[in-house]
Amino acid sequence: MWQTLPLWPARASTLAGRTDALMIFMLAVTGFFTVMIFILILVFALRFRRTRNPIVTHIEGSNALEAAWTLIPFGIFMVMFIWSAGIYMTWAQPPPNAEEVFVVGKQWMWKFEHPEGQREIDQLHVPLGRAVRLTMISQDVIHSLFLPEFRVKQDVLPGRYTTTWFQTTKPGSYHLFCTQYCGTMHSGMIGEVVVMEPAAYQAWLSGGNAEGSLASTGQKLFQQLGCTTCHRFDTQGRGPNLLGLYGKPVLLDDGRTVTADDNYIRESILTPGAKVVAGFKPIMPTFQGIVNEEQLLSLAAYLKSLSQPERRQPGSNRPAEPPHPASAPARSR
Amino acid sequence: MATIAAPAVERENYLNTDFRVRSWLLTTDHKRIGILYLLSITAMFFVGGFAATMIRLELLTPAGDLMSSDTYNKMFTIHGIVMVFFFLIPSIPATLGNFLVPMMIGARDLAFPKINLASWYMYITGAGLMMYVVLTGGVDTGWTFYVPFSSTYSNTHVIAAVVAIFIAGFSSIFTGFNFIVTIHRMRAPGMTWSRLPLFIWSHYATSVIMVLGTPVVAIALTLVALERAFHMGIFDPRLGGDPLLFQHLFWFYSHPAVYIMILPSMAVVSEVVSTFSRKRVFGYAAVALASIAIAVLGFLVWAHHMFVAGISAYAALVFSLLSYFVAVPSAIKVFNWMATMYKGSVSLATPMLYAMGFIGLFTMGGMTGLYLAALGIDVHVHDTYFVIAHFHYIMVGGAVMGYLAGIHFWWPKISGRMYPEAWGKIAAATIFIGFNLTFFPQFVLGYLGMPRRYHAYPPEFQVLNVMSTAGASILAVGYVLPLIYLLWSLRYGEVAPDNPWAATGLEWRTPSPPPTENFPETPVVTWEAYDYSSVAEVPVAR
Ligand code: HEC
Ligand SMILES: [Cu+2]
Ligand SMILES: [Cu+2]
Repeated sequence: MWQTLPLWPARASTLAGRTDALMIFMLAVTGFFTVMIFILILVFALRFRRTRNPIVTHIEGSNALEAAWTLIPFGIFMVMFIWSAGIYMTWAQPPPNAEEVFVVGKQWMWKFEHPEGQREIDQLHVPLGRAVRLTMISQDVIHSLFLPEFRVKQDVLPGRYTTTWFQTTKPGSYHLFCTQYCGTMHSGMIGEVVVMEPAAYQAWLSGGNAEGSLASTGQKLFQQLGCTTCHRFDTQGRGPNLLGLYGKPVLLDDGRTVTADDNYIRESILTPGAKVVAGFKPIMPTFQGIVNEEQLLSLAAYLKSLSQPERRQPGSNRPAEPPHPASAPARSR
Repeated sequence: MATIAAPAVERENYLNTDFRVRSWLLTTDHKRIGILYLLSITAMFFVGGFAATMIRLELLTPAGDLMSSDTYNKMFTIHGIVMVFFFLIPSIPATLGNFLVPMMIGARDLAFPKINLASWYMYITGAGLMMYVVLTGGVDTGWTFYVPFSSTYSNTHVIAAVVAIFIAGFSSIFTGFNFIVTIHRMRAPGMTWSRLPLFIWSHYATSVIMVLGTPVVAIALTLVALERAFHMGIFDPRLGGDPLLFQHLFWFYSHPAVYIMILPSMAVVSEVVSTFSRKRVFGYAAVALASIAIAVLGFLVWAHHMFVAGISAYAALVFSLLSYFVAVPSAIKVFNWMATMYKGSVSLATPMLYAMGFIGLFTMGGMTGLYLAALGIDVHVHDTYFVIAHFHYIMVGGAVMGYLAGIHFWWPKISGRMYPEAWGKIAAATIFIGFNLTFFPQFVLGYLGMPRRYHAYPPEFQVLNVMSTAGASILAVGYVLPLIYLLWSLRYGEVAPDNPWAATGLEWRTPSPPPTENFPETPVVTWEAYDYSSVAEVPVAR
């Protein structure tokens, strides 16, 4: 037990280096001032102790000093603020070309789904050097996905997707923790991230999976659930044509415009009445309680594949083709 | 006014005027109510301390082997709820504040003595209900009660716990309201705002937070109870609710609550540093204004607890910036206390040792707060042991050290006896060492990535956890020592003079212990705060 006294976590992502640099700066600055304050307190206590300094020298306050110790800390704080905000904004904005992985958290396990169809539990395989974006949702309470070696963490909420991302820099196996208290087995809701060389990762991706890609699962669901009865790939359906919807702005009947992202699609399926597309009647039934979070992710992946059929990697499963792509007219929104 | 007679042994005072139990339970004397609070919060401190002990023992080994996960979760929940709502929030205001606010401004009592007594009964009712919850199975939500875990998924006594906090919340609203009215309306002639001791300024700022903030947490917790009982859908996304709404409401109070806990300690430190340096507090106006600035800015930073919770990045930028603003007045206070010692005539009596400990540890707590306000770093350290270490430096290194400084400083006035000085110093040193050994390793643990509220943890974190538990056992000894020697001093301690420290406050110009009416006749204040030429005697050098 005493052989290991770790003091600093490994650095395995592009963000880790930036976070650590700021951390070292903060340690230096706050360390300097803390030591200075400790020394001054001790020096004053001893130098001016009553036996040595029985007579007090009365000093009235000093505006210059007050200004100095207001403005100097303030200036230092602003450096910290700006530096750290830069890191945060990088963390908050996943790069557009990132690999996508879907995450469902539930008491007390992590499920990961790769668009290519690979599914894993409490273990996440990612390629070295590529940006990976996690789109995450919880099936029950709030969880939080924390990857300490990547210096990345994001709460995982019920009812809404949150995203985070990282770009790995070192192959290996790293911690994965849940950091939002979520009940009995909170401390057991852990796992590992395995960072693989790209070639090994490709092999892993295509190895031994019969279920087909997320999008093709979604396509099957789309038919099984009867979505096709209203949503057709022409203008004849009772519901809007969903071809090319993903990522586009949608005009609502109350005049607002929203972007058709993952959260919008999820909401459209679970609470269709909340945002009604302009020109349509609110006749879509709710699928709350009928589809679970994983199925929702598949449906979203399917709708997404209808918008960007060229995105898939070579070697992975082909995306599902829309039923009648040739006859689908351009969207008129 | 400044009668400096040797204390007559049988002189009538607030303690010996009536010994019957009902004279205590029905008292409206602010000093006796302060004592009632002192006894009750001390009991709660040891309940919370017991839970802390169990936590530290469990964490000696990586595996969760001492108790079940559910029991562990209840332990940290009880530790948090009891320490925050039933010890730290009432600690200084309800004990020392109750005792001293009227005396320091030259009043006979608070503006509403019966409301003051009612506040203690509210507190006792809340604390009693909380103890009932603890004994009948506990609650496992964490002190933060995050939904939807607390509202839907937990199988423990959430509603009862929430009601207990709700009731105790009213005791602090009553106290705050009473202080505000008292400070405005009951100052003695000549006690102008600029002559108020800084203790009063800080308590004024604290009271404002109590009155404005507590209702919000009461509402948030009521909504949790309603949601739990009736599935109203306020926080449940399946019913159109928003779980983040709870976090906003909760932290809108619970961040300012941090200042409810720390401002009164700063109040004590200002008095103690000045008295034991025999020098007026440097930059009186700056220190007073800093208290007010903290109270106001403290309400504008709540979402810094939510940087990774799924709020918009732009909101996060604003809350980070504002969090840096609120750090400035705290820095101002630290520098002014140090400047007060400079060229003073410093005595290192126990209260001063605690106050110096406060300044050092609060500085470390404040400095590490800068890391948490730093957005990019918070993404990594949020909800890890780094946060635990940070707020224990503020709450224990700061608030509790200040509380102990105050208890020792005013003990002669409260009890009429001196505490044993040597033991006081030993305890202060023990607490300082034990505290740092407990919590410093937790900063490292946090940056390494150990999440908070973990019953079991990966083995590489063990060494640091063992250090922390070792520190906690030293800390525990440090806390039991004052309990023993202060009780001992009630009977065997030296009889206290009226003003053993040659301090300037009006409370020291009354007998020790003071008579029920505090001042036989209303004092007239003709001197500035901390004017040491207004007290004649030279204090015993300790
Ligand atoms: C009874 C007919 C009907 C069925 C069945 C139906 N929908 Fe809809 N859907 C609609 C209508 C009408 C709208 C537009 C009005 C609105 O927004 O509620 C719509 C809107 C949508 C939208 C938003 C479209 C846009 O252009 O912004 C999505 C996404 C969607 N549906 C997905 C689905 C999925 C997935 C299913 C199957 C699980 C499904 N729908 C089943 C009728 C239906
Ligand atoms: Cu968890
Ligand atoms: Cu806060």
